[in-house]
Amino acid sequence: MITGIGVRTAGGNSTKEFWNLLTSGSSATRRISFFDPSPYRSQVAAEADFDPVHEGLSPLEIRRMDRASQFAVVCAREAVADSGLEFDTVDPSRVGVSLGSAVAAATSLEQEYLVLSDSGRDWLVDPANLSPHMFDYLVPSVMPAEVAWTVAAQGPVTMVSNGCTSGLDSVGHACQLIREGSAEVMLAGASDTPITPIVVSCFDAIKATTPRNDDPEHASRPFDRTRTGFVLAEGAAMFVLEDYDRARRRGARVYAEISGYATRCNAYHMTGLKTDGREMAEAIRVALAESRTAATAVDYINAHGSGTRQNDRHETAAYKRSLGEHAYRTPVSSIKSMVGHSLGAIGSIEIAASALAIEHGVVPPTANLHEADPECDLDYVPLTAREQRVDTVLTVGSGFGGFQSAMILRRPTGGVR
Amino acid sequence: MSGPVVTGIGLLAPNGFGVERYWEAVLEGRGGIGRITRFDVSRYPARLAGQIPDFRAADHLPSRLLPQTDISTQLALVAADWALLDAKIEPGAFADYDMGVVTSNACGGFEFTHREFKKLWSQGPKAVSVYESFAWFYAVNTGQISIRNELRGPSSALVAEQAGGLDAIGHARRTIARGTPMVVTGGVDSALDPWAWAAQIASGRVSRSADPRRAYLPFDSAAEGYVPGEGGAILVLEAADAARARGAHQVYGEIAGYAATFDPPPGSGAPSALRRAVELALADAGMRPDEIDVVFADAAGVADLDRVEAEAISAVFGAGAVPVTAPKTLTGRLYSGGGPVDVAAALLSIRDGVVPPTSGTTDVPSGYRIDLVRGVPRAGRVSSALVLARGKWGFNAAVVVREATV
Repeated sequence: MITGIGVRTAGGNSTKEFWNLLTSGSSATRRISFFDPSPYRSQVAAEADFDPVHEGLSPLEIRRMDRASQFAVVCAREAVADSGLEFDTVDPSRVGVSLGSAVAAATSLEQEYLVLSDSGRDWLVDPANLSPHMFDYLVPSVMPAEVAWTVAAQGPVTMVSNGCTSGLDSVGHACQLIREGSAEVMLAGASDTPITPIVVSCFDAIKATTPRNDDPEHASRPFDRTRTGFVLAEGAAMFVLEDYDRARRRGARVYAEISGYATRCNAYHMTGLKTDGREMAEAIRVALAESRTAATAVDYINAHGSGTRQNDRHETAAYKRSLGEHAYRTPVSSIKSMVGHSLGAIGSIEIAASALAIEHGVVPPTANLHEADPECDLDYVPLTAREQRVDTVLTVGSGFGGFQSAMILRRPTGGVR
Repeated sequence: MSGPVVTGIGLLAPNGFGVERYWEAVLEGRGGIGRITRFDVSRYPARLAGQIPDFRAADHLPSRLLPQTDISTQLALVAADWALLDAKIEPGAFADYDMGVVTSNACGGFEFTHREFKKLWSQGPKAVSVYESFAWFYAVNTGQISIRNELRGPSSALVAEQAGGLDAIGHARRTIARGTPMVVTGGVDSALDPWAWAAQIASGRVSRSADPRRAYLPFDSAAEGYVPGEGGAILVLEAADAARARGAHQVYGEIAGYAATFDPPPGSGAPSALRRAVELALADAGMRPDEIDVVFADAAGVADLDRVEAEAISAVFGAGAVPVTAPKTLTGRLYSGGGPVDVAAALLSIRDGVVPPTSGTTDVPSGYRIDLVRGVPRAGRVSSALVLARGKWGFNAAVVVREATV
């Protein structure tokens, strides 16, 4: 049961702002301002206007933490406050953390590298200029540790780093820990802040990100015939997850129940996708089975929809393969059209969007979708949000390494609210 | 209820290339710690590491994989190959969705990414490799093992500094309990390029000693840090009935219990949660402390951490009541690889009825109240073992391995 949500994205400095952005159908992508993007093929990103001081982080925390940790901690605090759960009334040994991230401390790694290597001149980096936090950037499990410290969690704490499905898999992992009884409460979610030269250039190298530099506000175009790649983004989302009985006992507000989750690998290629969507379809099928939900009950698909040529066709095939004719009757949308693709974080951000779609009875649109790719022939909710009752959401992720994940969220039952 | 069983081991350690050579070295007290040879280490304040000598990836892997992988991934792929070979999993023995991969990783493909950082900043963005986007990230070993062996079941990659390797094995066990009959699991790390080396030194825990035999002395009154190493182990874990059904030719033992806990925030004054991890893992295995024959310790080599671990062990088992050992003194600490290598060593202890010694350590403070196995291997029946691993910032993981009854 999701009982608390905290989100930070481009154009979303709170869960409320994030939801307002999604329902407005406007994009928060822009020309990169964090550094001079002119040497790069893709010069567009979804940057968050994140002010750590305004967010309440102490000077010590700001100095100590990489930007991705800062996002995670801020979202964790927002989720905890939102849940109304008094953590000092919960046995800390029954509280765990599951945090996803794909590239973790990339920002700080790059900053430190420039200092240690004399801006890339020295292979033998200079240990005399070493930051005491350099080890925290090498080994990113400091991120879940920072989140654990916000509530003094002493149960299972881990980082799930499955590339671009990390944010779905970290929450799926947390649900498994609650179900098996290893924890009663989990702080789960994901954070990535990859808008940094090394990450921009590694996606440039494989032409995965869009070169649509003359029109940054409309550069993220999932399912559109003119799409040319994804828009790199940063962001985080964290959740308070509790089992049904605990949430009910304390009269918590429940946004949604996570009723099914599954992941599969395509064992095909580290970055390539087969056109048939076989493994994603299998993940969807197994997630529906775990949820005991019929394919025909899905009334919104929150798509991976990255906006690369191959991805959008791949997942369209996966929906048809797993849901059959029902795929054609189900609204499908990609919020990456508005908040970009924040790698490991986006899966959790999309879970937040899915939960809020249930809560508000609104399906967020796919922005910038003017003319669909003929091979993408489903209802992608172009441009404008749609008011409609949403009881069951399928949200999916697809990532480098071949990971394909699917999760089912549904309206809570049993009078919890 | 019986847990899943280990039917194959692939292991690469600084003192042994392959599981049997490693085990022989451990029993003979041969170490793999020496001065770093990969780069000129003279200006660094710490100079000793456990390096795998003479590893040539081209001898073991197809040439197309070489330019796209870091040495840590090459080691992981070889370890996975050997584990599957050791388990004699025939093609078609399992459906593709019935085979998963769960690995742990602490540093990612760091040497590879260091090279790409250097290219970016000295030659510009166009010089960055087309492989950088996936050679670096922490999921790389899981992804590459999945692709090479066509394993399409539930898979994941976990990070918890030095504790993560046991978490991976614990999660593999969970994945099997949830219905996937075979999972390839473990951890491999290597971060011995100049930048990663500097970063490891920044942890404040790396030994600055110049004497390979005295640099890493866990539980010794002279402990002054650890020696990092490279390598790790990949295991084939199968549901017991699946191993039986396919007529597995060998079973090393059962992963009988697992637990993970996290320490209270620094400065809170509250006690470490390590003891609870031990108790939960024993409870998970349905075993009493007196049924455990040996403890493979985390053995941080840092006095405060050693004391906490010794206290947790003596509190659960009684003063000096169980043999404790740390063969990792011969390899250095292997990050995500450390826990899985110790699980392999524990399984071999069960197989051969012998507990390997902790090398180097001589003077254990009496207040630690542990029976640390030193000097020569201790022969005697071993039917179960507890393996501990701890990660910086507060991660604790515990695995119970037991003689299989298959």
